[in-house]
Amino acid sequence: MTNALPTLPPSKFHEWITTVDHKKLGVLYMVTGFVYLVVAGCEALMIRWQLAIPNNDILSPDTFNAFFTMHGTTMIFLVGMPILLGAANYFIPLVIGARDMAFPRLNAFGYWLFFFGALLLYFSFIAGQGLTGEEGAPNVGWFAYAPLTSTTFSPGSATDYWVISLFIAGLGSIMTAINLVATILTMRCEGMTLMKMPLFAWMMLVDAGLILIVLPPLAAIQIMLLLDRQFGAHFFDAQAGADPLLWQHMFWFFGHPEVYILIIPGFAYVSEVVPVFSRKVLFGYPMMVAATVSIGFISLGVWAHHMFAVGLSPAILAYFSGATFLVGVPTGMKIFNWIATMWGGHIRFDTPMLFATGFISMFVLGGMTGIMLAVVPMDWQLTDTYFVVGHFHWVLFGGLIFAIFSGFYYWFPKVTGKMLNETMGKWQFWFLFVGFLLTFGPMHMAGFEGMPRRIYTFMPDRGLELWNMLSSIGALVQVFGFLFFIINVVWSLRKGEDAGDDPWDAWTLEWSTTSPPPPWNFAETPTVASRRPLWDLKHPDDPDWKYE
Amino acid sequence: MTPSNSNPAPHMLPPGHLGMISVITTEVFFFASLIVVYLAYLGKSISGPLPQDTLEMGLVSINTVALLVSSVTVVFALNALRKGNNTRFLLFMLLTVLLGAWFLVGTAIEWQGLIADKHLALQTNLFGTTYYTLVGFHAFHVTFGVLALFFIWCCGVFGWIQKHHHQNIEYVSWYWHFVDVVWIAVFLVVYVIGR
Repeated sequence: MTNALPTLPPSKFHEWITTVDHKKLGVLYMVTGFVYLVVAGCEALMIRWQLAIPNNDILSPDTFNAFFTMHGTTMIFLVGMPILLGAANYFIPLVIGARDMAFPRLNAFGYWLFFFGALLLYFSFIAGQGLTGEEGAPNVGWFAYAPLTSTTFSPGSATDYWVISLFIAGLGSIMTAINLVATILTMRCEGMTLMKMPLFAWMMLVDAGLILIVLPPLAAIQIMLLLDRQFGAHFFDAQAGADPLLWQHMFWFFGHPEVYILIIPGFAYVSEVVPVFSRKVLFGYPMMVAATVSIGFISLGVWAHHMFAVGLSPAILAYFSGATFLVGVPTGMKIFNWIATMWGGHIRFDTPMLFATGFISMFVLGGMTGIMLAVVPMDWQLTDTYFVVGHFHWVLFGGLIFAIFSGFYYWFPKVTGKMLNETMGKWQFWFLFVGFLLTFGPMHMAGFEGMPRRIYTFMPDRGLELWNMLSSIGALVQVFGFLFFIINVVWSLRKGEDAGDDPWDAWTLEWSTTSPPPPWNFAETPTVASRRPLWDLKHPDDPDWKYE
Repeated sequence: MTPSNSNPAPHMLPPGHLGMISVITTEVFFFASLIVVYLAYLGKSISGPLPQDTLEMGLVSINTVALLVSSVTVVFALNALRKGNNTRFLLFMLLTVLLGAWFLVGTAIEWQGLIADKHLALQTNLFGTTYYTLVGFHAFHVTFGVLALFFIWCCGVFGWIQKHHHQNIEYVSWYWHFVDVVWIAVFLVVYVIGR
């Protein structure tokens, strides 16, 4: 006999909110990220609806400002970061043969900080009005330049919500980064030296390092902005002798590496997908590692290329222009390595590979427009026009989102045990691809015609109608792509084909365990001898470790 | 997966080492940002009072010595714990907490003087804004450190600290050394270069 109360079996809900398991937290991160992707997508659709025709009045100017601010902020902090960190959470222990992250409870704490930080940002829609009855949601743009964010120009509490919510979510990201560094450097299975890690682990290590370096400066200036707004400090107050440009320098010291923080995981997924679907070893592994580390370092020294139009001295312009060109070198090395991996391979164009090749081709083009913008006189002409909007959507949508879908189709079978439907996957790819070209291609043209970004409408007969209409039609085409995605996920979860442990005949450790993996990941912690442990297992007569 | 020439397991540090190094790395960049802003705004304040009118070396030097000594006492405490000398451990731990608390009280007295006598507050001018933010964030970190060390001391008094807790307490001491090093930087920037 026991006096203890009868214990009920823990509910699913209880299990998920109290979990410290890296796989469950990874799923929570990714699901949250995809929910916010839909939200941010709807905001973008409203923007494109407003800009479809000249002098449209679907959105008021203030609401338009709030929508582009929330779209940008959401995509960067509530979509990009959680999906990438969630995928890292899920797969880093699996690819390095560990049973969990180094600090599981810190991991859960990081997720919940992110979760509530994100809620706080969206709470501003109803609570941000403050006492002055100003616009609810933040409307200062995702980079929130001073002095626009001062109480003079942004009364109400919307900007405070922006600061506090991103600060909290940022703390969560830092905790995840700490966890990733510790996990990758200390929890690898036996035999896995640094140069035998899958590139996924290498790239997430660099990514986590960048987060540790650049998120604190953002936190610091956010605190300064909050002190200015709430406690009468003068950090960005030109009348007290301060320099509002300081915000731009500090923000972009965070903001430029941030886009690398977003794209490096994209590189990571593609580096895993391309070899498996080309049936070849990744070409130039050490070069890939070196290129990733160099991109990490160079990205810390290019921030002022966002500020060419503010009046910097010629020497500084020349330095930042040159440093920006330099990024093209390691990035180009990666592109060539992926192509060389495919070269002569037995390529299978399943959906993950379609998205991966979509990523490579579009990322090259987005990189090209980036190089164009790094040319100072060109930037003076194009700064703050739709050309810039076209450029960064090319790299972040055509690059990152395609890479995310590539990874999603590749690893979904591992996470759920079900295959995604290939036919629907291909429909999704082609709708997204065509919609993407149609949305963001014409933006470059509108930019050349001089259309500034962040205006709520434009005049007729300025040569802008066609480009804007095309962009808006493209956005609608993308909606069909996303619908195929959602239907595919829901359908496949219920009726998808069983995946088995290793549906793609892949080579990294996550495919050696069951789908979905058990809570302990591996019944026995594996021992590896090469970068492709599963190849060694499947081909004992011709193992990789003989050649590495 | 287990061929004959299997590589030996890579030599790996405990995860806590890397975790704490990462925490300190990220904190370094946080304070670096505050210091960069302080230096960028040095001499830019349009109105007074200015550093040369307000900051004095007397009290802050004593505070600095207290903080530096506390970094030494925490090492003594850890050595005592490693050797299993609990009394000595508690003594040096308490000394560390008191020195940290001394630093905080000293800072409070200094700020009281600045606010009441020199009429320098956060809102007064650009110098006040940057000074209180930089020194304040450091003091905030010291406060956190003192609380952590005090918590450990309390646990020790109740007899809950064993020899095998040595590693975890050492991580707290890393943080404490870090706070100390940041103070050296802040002291040099604010009181030596900045005046």
